[in-house]
Amino acid sequence: MTTVDLGDRFGGDGVQWGAILKDAGMAALVALVLTLLLFGVRLSDGGGGGLQFRPWWVVIAVASVFAGRGAVALWIGTRKPASAAALPWFDRALARLSQHKRLLFAGFFLAVAILPLLPVADRRMVDLATLVMIYVMLGWGLNIVVGLAGLLDLGYVAFYAVGAYSYTLLAIHFDLSFWACLPLAGAIAALFGVLLGFPVLRLRGDYLAIVTLGFGEMVRIILINWSDLTGGSEGITGIAVPTFFGLRFTPTPAAGETAFHQFFAIPFAGIHKLIFLYYIILVLALLTHLFSERMRGLPLGRAWEALREDEIASRSLGLNPVLVKLSAFGIGAMFAGFAGSFFATRQGFINPSSFTFIESAIILAIVVLGGMGSQVGVICAAMVLILLPELARDFAEFRMLLFGGAMVAIMVWRPRGLLAHRVPSVRLGPEPPGARRGGPP
Amino acid sequence: MSAGAAEPLLAVRGIAAYYGAIQALSGIDLEVREGEIVTLIGANGAGKSTLLMTICGNPRGRGGRIVFDGRDITALPTHAIARLGIAHVPEGRRIFPHMTVMENLQIGAVCAAEQDFEGDLDYVFALFPILDERRHQRGGTLSGGEQQMLAIGRALMSRPRLLLLDEPSLGLAPLVVRHIFEVIAEINAERDMTVFLVEQNAYRALGLADRAYVMANGEIRMEGTGEELLADADIRAAYLEGGHG
Ligand SMILES: Nc1ncnc2c1ncn2[C@@H]1O[C@H](COP(=O)(O)OP(=O)(O)O)[C@@H](O)[C@H]1O
Ligand SMILES: [Mg+2]
Repeated sequence: MTTVDLGDRFGGDGVQWGAILKDAGMAALVALVLTLLLFGVRLSDGGGGGLQFRPWWVVIAVASVFAGRGAVALWIGTRKPASAAALPWFDRALARLSQHKRLLFAGFFLAVAILPLLPVADRRMVDLATLVMIYVMLGWGLNIVVGLAGLLDLGYVAFYAVGAYSYTLLAIHFDLSFWACLPLAGAIAALFGVLLGFPVLRLRGDYLAIVTLGFGEMVRIILINWSDLTGGSEGITGIAVPTFFGLRFTPTPAAGETAFHQFFAIPFAGIHKLIFLYYIILVLALLTHLFSERMRGLPLGRAWEALREDEIASRSLGLNPVLVKLSAFGIGAMFAGFAGSFFATRQGFINPSSFTFIESAIILAIVVLGGMGSQVGVICAAMVLILLPELARDFAEFRMLLFGGAMVAIMVWRPRGLLAHRVPSVRLGPEPPGARRGGPP
Repeated sequence: MSAGAAEPLLAVRGIAAYYGAIQALSGIDLEVREGEIVTLIGANGAGKSTLLMTICGNPRGRGGRIVFDGRDITALPTHAIARLGIAHVPEGRRIFPHMTVMENLQIGAVCAAEQDFEGDLDYVFALFPILDERRHQRGGTLSGGEQQMLAIGRALMSRPRLLLLDEPSLGLAPLVVRHIFEVIAEINAERDMTVFLVEQNAYRALGLADRAYVMANGEIRMEGTGEELLADADIRAAYLEGGHG
């Protein structure tokens, strides 16, 4: 109804007032239906459970929708058709920036590396940076599945959860250290990735998205219901923070134990732990990035991209779609598992409510808004999507509105993502010999 | 040459194929011997592409056997058939549009039985110098002729023993078609490549081929040497009149 392409309808020369009015009227009708109960009726506070009617709210809402839709239709109808390249100045700026790519990367990396050591860095800032970094890592991990292999996975959070719970259970029941649990949790998550990948191998696009969404919810519901193992919806608490080569971050070390601050003869500060965690996730995220960049140049990474582009052609070139897809699922899940382990140790507790569908949606949004397959795009999108709601906390109820507005703006002006541009994995000029290939996947 | 002169490299015996309930091929019998160029001509919708795809395992051949190099491949999955040395250049080229020419060629080589990437690359670039010039250009931005060359080059990178070409001349300018047919002749002569060529451009295809099959309504209707079929009155009437494009 209201989702028709206005550009088509008003593509003619003159302004078609009738069509515009009709369209705005339809939108207003939808608004009426929606707001009648949402705005118009309210349970009165003063006991008795009576209903309070507020017709003016509905009138205002419907009128503003009518006016807004009409204005949009008028604007679209009278302006010239949008050029193919949305925001050309943005592309030009990008092109200019990418000439100094090396310098930019070096500068950005340096800034990220020394961020927590800067005098302005307080606990909140380091904590936020850590949060963003978790999502950057998750975005890069999901990028392997969605961006490279082209498998639309809406249940990525399941592997994040599997990693977090594997880590926690291993750490608590077997008393293993963070560094020992991390690879194990990654391996278990990868195994889950492969197991869940099997049944969906034949599905594509929307169907794959729906089934993976279901898997994500299944994992969460199992976590809630298997309370003997997982603590149910209460979750598990008391997860230890990793040690710095055996040195704990604690103001009150046990007898005979040397704590981090004692070893370095500095006063205890809570931020030390946060900085340490920040560097762990920084290294993990960088590993994810380097791994996927390296993979793109290897036969398996090539095969992921080939399968995304054309499955039939890939098969007739000898690529086994089962292996190629499962490896993408498994490796993507492995990085979610690493990130989940880190999440668990950072929080100190986990419960299933951290692993709802909205997490999958945010991670996918980071990948898609960043520009499918773009590693830098993931950083930008993670900063927008994670920082914006956090920084906008002062705006209280408007923060989700801002968040939604930012997403809509990106989709309108950068429909293929912020940095929608596939960088060839083969560089210009002569290549180092032997960099081209390895064995078959 | 491993199986001796008597045994054909590819033998299709009594094969049928279906799309769901619709029968697209019935009772197909044909063979391609090592070192030959064999062509298959027929009208649109005759089932030529289906036959090539059935040889590659999708749709699966039924009711008979497909034997490649002495091995029954009727039940193998597509990728396993490709790895045995059958390279299929599908109708419509199906190159990877967002990948560069180099990346396309690399994927072709991923499953090569023997590996001499540099040597194979040089060979493909010698056959199609334009690909060398375009090596960092995205596949989707190439012209139709260049895409066809890339599709053939990509197939050659897998070092096949049998090259299946599905209408390589489709939609291309006569000059480009000539070049591509010259290259097909060249790889057959120099590399002893066995070629099974599906064409609507019957005149050129018959001129190039050692032997030919004519297909209609999912069946093989006629078979002979290229010259025999070129001289055949029915063939001339059905496929050759109206332009020697
Ligand atoms: N994917 C498909 N599903 C159903 N029918 C198909 C499919 N592909 C081809 N066909 C049908 O099979 C017959 C043979 O098609 P095709 O092999 O493409 O012919 P040709 O290559 O000789 O032009 C045609 O009738 C066509 O409509
Ligand atoms: Mg065809």
